[in-house]
Formats: sequence, C-alpha cells, structure tokens
Amino acid sequence: MRLTLEPRLAPSARMRWLSPLVAAALTIVTGVILFSALGKNPLLAFHSFFVAPINSLNGLGELAIKASPLVLIALGLAVGFRANVWNIGAEGQLTMGAIVAGGIAIHYDGSGALLLPAMILAGALGGMAWAAIPAVLRTRFNANEILVSLMLTYVAQLVLSYLVHDPWRDPQGFNFPQSPLFPDTALYPILLEGTRLNAGALIPLLAVAAAWVFMRKSFLGYEMRVAGEAEEAARYAGFSATRAIWVGMLAGGAAAGLAGVGEIAGPLGQLLPTVSPGYGFAAIIVAFVGRLHPIGILCAGLLLALLYLGGDAAQIAINLPAAVSGLFQGVLLFYLLGADVLVNYRVRVVREDPHQRRAAAA
Amino acid sequence: MIDSIVPILIVTLGAGTPLIFAALGELVTEKSGVLNLGVEGMMLVGAVVAFITASNTGSLWLGVGAGLAAGTAIALIFAVLTLTLQANQVAAGLALAIFGAGFSAFVGKGYLGMALQSMPRGAPSLLSGVPLIGPILTELHPLVYLSWLLFAAVSWFLYKSRSGLVLRAAGESPTAAHSIGYPVIRIRYLATLFGGAMAGVAGAYLSLVNAPLWMEGMTAGRGWIALALVVFASWRPARVMLGAYLFGGVTITQFFAQGSGIGFASQAMSTLPYLATIVVLVLISRNLTLIRLNAPVSLGKPFHPDR
Repeated sequence: MRLTLEPRLAPSARMRWLSPLVAAALTIVTGVILFSALGKNPLLAFHSFFVAPINSLNGLGELAIKASPLVLIALGLAVGFRANVWNIGAEGQLTMGAIVAGGIAIHYDGSGALLLPAMILAGALGGMAWAAIPAVLRTRFNANEILVSLMLTYVAQLVLSYLVHDPWRDPQGFNFPQSPLFPDTALYPILLEGTRLNAGALIPLLAVAAAWVFMRKSFLGYEMRVAGEAEEAARYAGFSATRAIWVGMLAGGAAAGLAGVGEIAGPLGQLLPTVSPGYGFAAIIVAFVGRLHPIGILCAGLLLALLYLGGDAAQIAINLPAAVSGLFQGVLLFYLLGADVLVNYRVRVVREDPHQRRAAAA
Repeated sequence: MIDSIVPILIVTLGAGTPLIFAALGELVTEKSGVLNLGVEGMMLVGAVVAFITASNTGSLWLGVGAGLAAGTAIALIFAVLTLTLQANQVAAGLALAIFGAGFSAFVGKGYLGMALQSMPRGAPSLLSGVPLIGPILTELHPLVYLSWLLFAAVSWFLYKSRSGLVLRAAGESPTAAHSIGYPVIRIRYLATLFGGAMAGVAGAYLSLVNAPLWMEGMTAGRGWIALALVVFASWRPARVMLGAYLFGGVTITQFFAQGSGIGFASQAMSTLPYLATIVVLVLISRNLTLIRLNAPVSLGKPFHPDR
C-alpha cells in the first residue's frame, strides 16, 4: 500500500483557497514546535508572537503600517506574475522610489501643499524607471528579468548608501549616515491620534480596488491573464508578449516606488542607509500566498505584517532573534508550494502494484 | 612587474572560486532540466553552517563538510517540492532564496561578528619549486585546487561518461529518457542535490576562507551571479571557469576601493559586479540562436512520469 498523486481533471478551486490557510496553519505549528525546541514556553511564545503585538490600538496601527508596503507591492507584482513576468527586484524599485522622493523632500523649499503630492508622483516614477531597465533588456535583448531586476536591487541600495553617506548627509547628524529629517509638509498626515498610522495606508486600499478592476474588468488585465495561463492561446489571439512584460514590470515598479515613499514619508521621516526591512522580497510571498488575487493579497499582507511585528516582539519578550520572521516567511512559502500540489492532484492510496493495475487496465 | 601581478592573480583566483563551485553545481542541476534559483539561499545556509561547525570544532575541513551537507539538505527541500510535489520551479527557487536568508540569519545570530581562528592552509609546499608561478601556487587555498578538480570532474562526467549522457537526456527530453527506462525523477533529484552540495561548499569558502567571519547576507548576490554565469557560459563548464575568474577580477576592484575610504569610489566600485552581470547577460542573451542551441530544452519544465 502506498500513496500516489493522481492528476485532477481540473484544478480544484476549493483547494486553491484552502492551501494558503493550510500553509499558514502549518507555519504556526512549526513555530510552536520551534519555540518548544528552543526551550521557550510555546504558549507564551505564541502569545507574544501573534497576539500581543496587535492587542492594542497602537499595535493595530503598526500592523497597518507594516502591511501597507507589503500589500501595495504584492498587488503590483501580481500583475506581472499572472503573466509569468518575474519582477523580483521590487526591493530595489522601492529603494529607488524612496531616493527620488527623498531627494525632492530634501531640496524642495516651496510652499508645502505640493510637496507630498510631488514626492508621491516622483516615487512612483522612480520605481517605474528602475523597473523599466529589466523590461527593456528583456524585450529588446531577451535578458532574464529575474536576474537583471535582482542585480539592480543591489545597485539601488549602493546608490542610497552613497547618498546618505555623502551628498545628502545631515550636517547636524553627528556624522550618522542619514539625511536631514523631512519637513512636516513632506509627511503623510497621521490618521489616528496616538498611533503612527498615517494616510499612506489608504494607498494600498485604493490599489486593492484598482487591481481588482484591472484584473477582472479590463481587457488588458484579461490579456495578461491569458498570457500567463495559456501562452499559446495568447499568441494565437495576437496578444503582445512585449506589452505584457512592460505592463507587468511597470505595475510592480510603480507600486514598489509608492511603497518607498510610504516608508520615508511615513514611519521613517528621512532617508536612512536602508529604507526597507526586505518588504520587496516579502511581497513576493504575499503575492503567492494571496493567490495573486487582490483580496487574497490583502489578507496575506496582514499575515506577513504580523510575522514582522511578531519577530520584533519575540525579540523583546522571549529573547528570540528577530530574524525568526524571515525564517517563517520562507517556511510559509514552502508549505504553500507543497500544499498546492493538492490543487492539481489528489492523493490516492494504492493497494496493489501499480504495474499490475496498468496491465489490467490495458 | 611580477611583484604587483602576483597578489592580484591570487586574489582574483580566490574571488572566482566560490563562483566556480556554485555555478558548476547549478550547471549540472540545469543540465538535468531543473532550474534552481535558490543558489543564494543554499550558499548562505552553507556559509553559516560551515562557520558554526568550524568555530566549534576548529577544523576547516569539518566546516567545509558541514557546509556541503547543509547545502544538500536544503536542496532536498527544493527537490521534494518541485520533483515530487510538482511545484513551480521559479517560485520554489525564490522560496529557497528567501528561506536561506532567513534561516541563516536566525541560526547565525550568536556568531555575528565573531572571527575565526586562522586555519592552517596546508597548501603543498613542494609547489614552491615550480618556476615562475611557484609563489602563486603555494599561496592558493586547497579549495582553489579542488575547484579545478571539480571542473575536470564535471567536464568529464557530462561529456565523456554514460551517466552524464543520461543526465543530459533527462534535461533535453525527459519523456524520451523515461520511455527508454531511465529514472528521470531520480536523476533530477541527484543533480539538484549535487547543485546544493556545491553551493554549500561555495558558501563555506566565503565564510571560512574568503573572509573568516559570519555576516548576514554575506554572499552579497554571488548566488545570483552564479546563475547568470551559467547563462553566460552557455551551459559549458570551461566557459564557467572563464566567467568566474572574470567576475572574480571585477569583485576585487572593491578591495582597492575600500582602501580609498568611504566615498563615491567605494560604492561605485561595489556596483561593478552587478552591472557587469547585467551587461554580460544582455550580450549573451541577445544571441537567441546561441541560447536555443545550448540551453537544456526542458529547463524549468516539470516532468511527471504518469502524464
């Protein structure tokens, strides 16, 4: 008797949505086992990781602050992922968006009202410009967009490092590599007194609606979906592969650039050598766990944001390295990919020898 | 003249070595039809496990062995996901890269900033008698020699051995290989594990030899560069060697930049390996015929024997 995988006639719609939940549950179980193995009280660890961080209004505000860039970037990436356009350099596009918007905040000294809108626009364009490089190299020269967008992430981080170490360094900053603090007019207004929750969190919500309309109601969104699910059919229908690459890359770049603005015009309030704790990479997981669907991405973004908060909280409460959240992110994606086998296959218990079965069928 | 060239050559050969291990391992994996984008993650895990082992045992070679084992172990996760559970190879590779970064940061927390006792290098001293290049040969780390051995072994295996032919068949036409009775899935498992093992050694080289310390994300994109190298090499081992040393040469410009202090030069120089990777990818990839003739036909495509 053994277990075999038998292809389903059609992918199971139920499993498609069940599998992220299974993956999340397995990740939590793994976490509890890991905590116990490290000699921590698993209940206490679970509480301080998943419950305590969002037990207060302030905590919920922090959750929204962390979820915002994740949801926003994942929505942008999902547009490309649906068409098999693999932009994995969102971290670099976020950094570039922050650089361009930050440059405006540092150098602009007009009256305040236009500063933040200018930064938002510039940040989105900066992210798009950075994403346009892999797009043009892919469409013109067939260069792999995964590798190019990733290499550009390192380049963007080095550019930022140079800027905050040298030309944009705060003269009153005691030689720390950081820009001056931005004026209040360069910051998103606080939405909820007593928390850090700011108006920047509204952008991902708008983006969820926009992405839903784009993916479900627009012809271009339909083209992109066909390009990803049935390449041959897309070609036969005359859908342009070049356009799919451009749209996919630019959507991800714009979203990541906006997320970069959200960081520097939100919780950071200035440029630092690093403006993101890996949101651009975590957003890839958010996109997959959210099934490339806007609502799913919203839920997955909240889950991953909780992992970030839990990592920080666990470091303080039970003395676990904060890197544990990065570990959980990877584990979550592993479980998701593993559980996804049940979307296309069903598990069957085979009792007799499979060769005999095949012979009998023949 | 010789005096200034020798150190540069030694550093270049050293900087190219981790790329050789990682890229030759990935080459074998890709030749079997499996695209494992998780090289960076496997290298990080190899690096941290090697460092922890070496700093606890004081043995360089136990460290290298542990790095090899760790790289193999996490490649096994990838293999189970993609080969048994039929997960998308691109997604699983990205997962491996993210997991490797998180896992290595987690287990390496207690070892951050710790320096390793300097290890005996044990390069054979009789090599110093070789005229002209003697001083270079004795300065090289034994792992550099092992990387040359690996090159010879991989070249022989892929193109002169029967098993290598079968492995390439699994990458070119898995259906045909399966129908004449070769275990395609098992071959791909072994090739993937080999790639993981070599990425683990590459990581061990970084944390034990290149700079004997552990830092989060210390591979600094070398795993991704190794992936680009395989494309650059159009899936040929000899060109992997050439590319690895070219990139090794580019990487060491950073050492000279660091000497000049923090400033424009340092960051600008540090971007060079990444920019060079992009340029090289563009130059190679624009030649569609070259890619089509050399890339394994079934690279990245899942194969299920029952379908």
